Amino acid sequence: MIHSLFLINAAGDIFLEKHWKSVVSRSVCDYFFEAQERASEAENVPPVIPTPHHYLLSVYRHKIFFVAVIQSEVPPLFVIEFLHRVVDTFQDYFGVCSEVIIKDNVVVVYEVLEEMLDNGFPLATESNILKELIKPPTILRTVVNTITGSTNVGDQLPTGQLSVVPWRRTGVKYTNNEAYFDVIEEIDAIIDKSGSTITAEIQGVIDACVKLTGMPDLTLSFMNPRLLDDVSFHPCVRFKRWESERILSFIPPDGNFRLLSYHVSAQNLVAIPVYVKHNISFRDSSSLGRFEITVGPKQTMGKTVEGVMVTSQMPKSVLNMTLTPSQGTHVFDPVTKLLSWDVGKINPQKLPSLKGSVSLQAGTSKPDENPTINLQFKIQQLAISGLKVNRLDMYGEKYKPFKGIKYMTKAGKFQVRT
Amino acid sequence: MQTDNLELKKLVYLYLMNYAKSQPDMAIMAVNTFVKDCEDPNPLIRALAVRTMGCIRVDKITEYLCEPLRKCLKDEDPYVRKTAAVCVAKLHDINAQLVEDQGFLDTLKDLISDSNPMVVANAVAALSEIAESHPSSNLLDLNPQSINKLLTALNECTEWGQIFILDCLANYMPKDDREAQSICERVTPRLSHANSAVVLSAVKVLMKFMEMLSKDLDYYGTLLKKLAPPLVTLLSAEPELQYVALRNINLIVQKRPEILKHEMKVFFVKYNDPIYVKLEKLDIMIRLASQANIAQVLAELKEYATEVDVDFVRKAVRAIGRCAIKVEQSAERCVSTLLDLIQTKVNYVVQEAIVVIKDIFRKYPNKYESVIATLCENLDSLDEPEARAAMIWIVGEYAERIDNADELLESFLEGFHDESTQVQLQLLTAIVKLFLKKPTETQELVQQVLSLATQDSDNPDLRDRGYIYWRLLSTDPVAAKEVVLAEKPLISEETDLIEPTLLDELICHIGTLASVYHKPPGAFVEGGRGVVHKSLPPRTGSSESAESPDTAPAGVPAADQPSVIPTQGDLLGDLLNLDLGPPVSGPPVATSSVQMGAVDLLGGGLDSLMGGGSGGFAPAPGTAVPSNTGAPLGSGLGDLFDLTGGVGTLSGSYVAPKTVWLPAMKAKGLEISGTFSRQVGSISMDLVLTNKALQVMSDFAIQFNRNSFGLAPAAPLQVHAPLAPNQSVEISLPLNTVGSVMKMDPLNNLQVAVKNNIDVFYFSTLYPLHILFVEDGKMERQMFLATWKDIPNENETQFQIKDCSLNADSVSSKLQGSNIFTIAKRNVEGQDMLYQSLKLTNGIWVLAELRIQPSNPSFTLSLKCRAPEVSQYVYQAYETILKN
Repeated sequence: MIHSLFLINAAGDIFLEKHWKSVVSRSVCDYFFEAQERASEAENVPPVIPTPHHYLLSVYRHKIFFVAVIQSEVPPLFVIEFLHRVVDTFQDYFGVCSEVIIKDNVVVVYEVLEEMLDNGFPLATESNILKELIKPPTILRTVVNTITGSTNVGDQLPTGQLSVVPWRRTGVKYTNNEAYFDVIEEIDAIIDKSGSTITAEIQGVIDACVKLTGMPDLTLSFMNPRLLDDVSFHPCVRFKRWESERILSFIPPDGNFRLLSYHVSAQNLVAIPVYVKHNISFRDSSSLGRFEITVGPKQTMGKTVEGVMVTSQMPKSVLNMTLTPSQGTHVFDPVTKLLSWDVGKINPQKLPSLKGSVSLQAGTSKPDENPTINLQFKIQQLAISGLKVNRLDMYGEKYKPFKGIKYMTKAGKFQVRT
Repeated sequence: MQTDNLELKKLVYLYLMNYAKSQPDMAIMAVNTFVKDCEDPNPLIRALAVRTMGCIRVDKITEYLCEPLRKCLKDEDPYVRKTAAVCVAKLHDINAQLVEDQGFLDTLKDLISDSNPMVVANAVAALSEIAESHPSSNLLDLNPQSINKLLTALNECTEWGQIFILDCLANYMPKDDREAQSICERVTPRLSHANSAVVLSAVKVLMKFMEMLSKDLDYYGTLLKKLAPPLVTLLSAEPELQYVALRNINLIVQKRPEILKHEMKVFFVKYNDPIYVKLEKLDIMIRLASQANIAQVLAELKEYATEVDVDFVRKAVRAIGRCAIKVEQSAERCVSTLLDLIQTKVNYVVQEAIVVIKDIFRKYPNKYESVIATLCENLDSLDEPEARAAMIWIVGEYAERIDNADELLESFLEGFHDESTQVQLQLLTAIVKLFLKKPTETQELVQQVLSLATQDSDNPDLRDRGYIYWRLLSTDPVAAKEVVLAEKPLISEETDLIEPTLLDELICHIGTLASVYHKPPGAFVEGGRGVVHKSLPPRTGSSESAESPDTAPAGVPAADQPSVIPTQGDLLGDLLNLDLGPPVSGPPVATSSVQMGAVDLLGGGLDSLMGGGSGGFAPAPGTAVPSNTGAPLGSGLGDLFDLTGGVGTLSGSYVAPKTVWLPAMKAKGLEISGTFSRQVGSISMDLVLTNKALQVMSDFAIQFNRNSFGLAPAAPLQVHAPLAPNQSVEISLPLNTVGSVMKMDPLNNLQVAVKNNIDVFYFSTLYPLHILFVEDGKMERQMFLATWKDIPNENETQFQIKDCSLNADSVSSKLQGSNIFTIAKRNVEGQDMLYQSLKLTNGIWVLAELRIQPSNPSFTLSLKCRAPEVSQYVYQAYETILKN
């Protein structure tokens, strides 16, 4: 199982280490540093690195490498999933997960890590339970602690671990009972030069924020559950019920959690809400090139496309770009060669465009590769796959909760080739 | 420590964990409190105490831990039991002997049947970890009842527990296809889990048990369909998860390409994927490429070839070449794509393109040579050895079509000593080829290169090759032409496929480090520990038909398989091209059946060279004795039977008389007859080859198709002298059983391909099963009894052996000769009962009960075996042995 965990910052310093079994020397990380040196960018460090006696599995999040050390044959996904859980927990506790924050809260971090694994076996990884064991730091609590001399360690043991619903703590009480569900869909797509779709798929999630008293039992039904043929559920969802009736039935965890994630890949179901018209040309003879992009809405079901952001990695030989946008602001960084254009809202009557010229390094031939355009956007009140929640019912408790559903469509990895 | 303040208690425990080691004597004083806390009314305190105690690695304390631990393992509260289960694993790590002595392992095994799913999961996890350091112990010996418990627990425990349980399930071997199916049905819901490790472990269980399901079953199809979406979903996760998933998908695609054949698009590369994900995706794209999607794939690959990352671009260009080789219909388009890429003049793209075009030339000779001119234009820009060597190979191979081939090669020759060995060797071969094609103008050039290679070089390979050519050319240019310009074997379609047996083993390890490295666990898991090899279960469905050809990994039915048997000339040709990469799908072939004349010409130098290098000239295995039967054409068969009289009657099992396998009519005058025999542990195929044609036959080679027991030739077929018309030769070909395995119908069917200088011939024959009975097939009596009981009754089959007049003793001695061992003999009510055992080369045991009534000439044979499909063939073997 998992032996040790090292946290390494971008500069290559080990700033935190935790051992669940015997101590593994820091020098084991030298193999990791070697691999890091070989990789051109931090993202490209291979996730599994063998060393003579151990294996190093790493994830790279928030500019920190989380490196787990294992000694025997352990499913690598198990370890990587666990590392993700560690990152999520830190983020949950401290709001952001960065070197500074971790160093500031080093005591809480150690306490949390101690509770997450026992001898390398996962012990309590649900944030609900962890928060009961070790209270997350808040300003108020810090002040109180300094005055009274108490700490963040909870004075009771997690009762949830004993129940049949380990994800929910007992004795929850709220004055306002509310349950919110966000249906968020991300479109991953590759669009080719001519504007036709090469691949498109939707990664959807339903994130919930449930603050309900007692032990509520919820059911959520959809208008068109047939859309969901490739789903992953939170452990609280009763799978049998879904199989037979296509209804989500569950006792929710307290607070924020991801109820469900789904995947729609059938090409005809994926509508592409925006299009990009582009004309980027580098000429061989002169050191100037032309650059023109226009962004427009396509299938948006009458909703506004907002938060549009266009980024593109220009070839190395581009020296500078002289561009004028019809709206929004643009920046070209001559060092990283990254062009970004913050467009904002798309007005269908007056399409935003960015025009101008590109100056190339003199004496070099025209670049071989064409820049790929990366697009970000948001559409409120629309789930692009057409998924709609029918109704939400609550059983097991007497009060009437306040319910809310929100839809949103976002661009995931949305790339246009030129 | 005896405080009631929980926070304080925790802190003290933490302190103890860290400092007990440096102060062992002081730590002992804490034991009492631990013991007391283990009896606390609050289950959480009991659990905390036992958890902490396990973390203190001080021997003296460990001794005191046993009692509280034993109590906690039987605690009424599941939370305490669950914690205690992990504690056993901790303790085992500290003192394994103690754990065994105290009987904790049995208690842990009992916990598998616990009522609480979390306890079950932790018990399984602890046992798995302990089992890893004790590979021989049967800690996780599962039976249908415990499997049922695990499956129930699977639905209710945490995600981590599910992983442990699924991994444990994967080690179970269901007894029949029905059980396999029911397990699959209960595991399938795990495919929708949010935790990718759970999903992949579930995929492992399904992939493994699917092996047992019959392909005709509706359920089999449903399962295939259900496997695709979760695998696709894994690819939308974080890059690290994607990487592990892709490595595993790579295996799954090789084993069962049908699962993902429609999902090509999800493997398309996004430009900001990390490089390790990009390379894996590319690999899978090529594996999935087929006629249906090749256009899309090519368009993508072309796109990738203009990206920034050099490694990725190179691989993409290579991938285009692999597509051309794999999908014949696309070859033309691939070549034109490659030409487009060459036009970009990007240095490394051009070089890669030339390397793959060379492979395309070898796969489709005389088809795309029109592009050579374009290639030649880029000659100067090549600076990498591999690309230079490829280009030189092309120039040499097509010297007759390139007007200025001599000039081109001469230009390379100027810096001969600065080139890498690969290029030097290739240059030498190319110039010799050129000389053989255009002898008049290039004499000077060839002399120059030969002297450079033999006199001025320190490289033994280069020198030796130079000498070979020199001798060849100086003694007999015609022979040289035959050798150097011989037809080359086609290159195989799929490159770097994982060998099937390894693939099967890796499929059993999906989701583990082994599957990420594509190496069996034994190859890298820390030494010292033996590793249990896992294998896929055999298919048990009775309605099983032979695997359809389209599911065979190569995707080619045996008859069309290109270059199954390269001839001698091919091999030499190949030798010449050896340093030019792509694996050739040929078996090792005799290096010795060169025409005698040629051997003489080459003289002692080559002789010793070849002898040292390959041992090919040593006439040890399978020696052929040419003998002129002198018989007229028609009566060859009778003579053959006479010939066999002298052979095969040594000690050893029964040998059937030779029968004609391949009549001369069907094989352009080559008649093959033969039989199988087993002598002192080795199996051989005794063949008689008769030339009934009017021309001399030579260059014989033999190969077997994959078969049920992995029979394969252990040595090449050696026919030393060419076979003159009307001559026959008797050969004993040694066989082994390490070849690749594919279930045949009937089970003992063997498909054979024989090649000679005229053509390739195919025939199939049935081999008697008793050649596979091994010498150590005698079972211990106790073992026999236990096994007999252990094999379910439905696996028992009864046969009648009629008209056999032997008595029990002679039966048993006769059978013993063929490695069927009598373990016990009983006389029950006047009947003789013989209990016998035998073992097949693949380790399958067959137990037999033979009932002989003195008055009745027909015996009753009952066979019991875990693989009941062999019974019928064992019976046939019995009958053959007893009646002859």
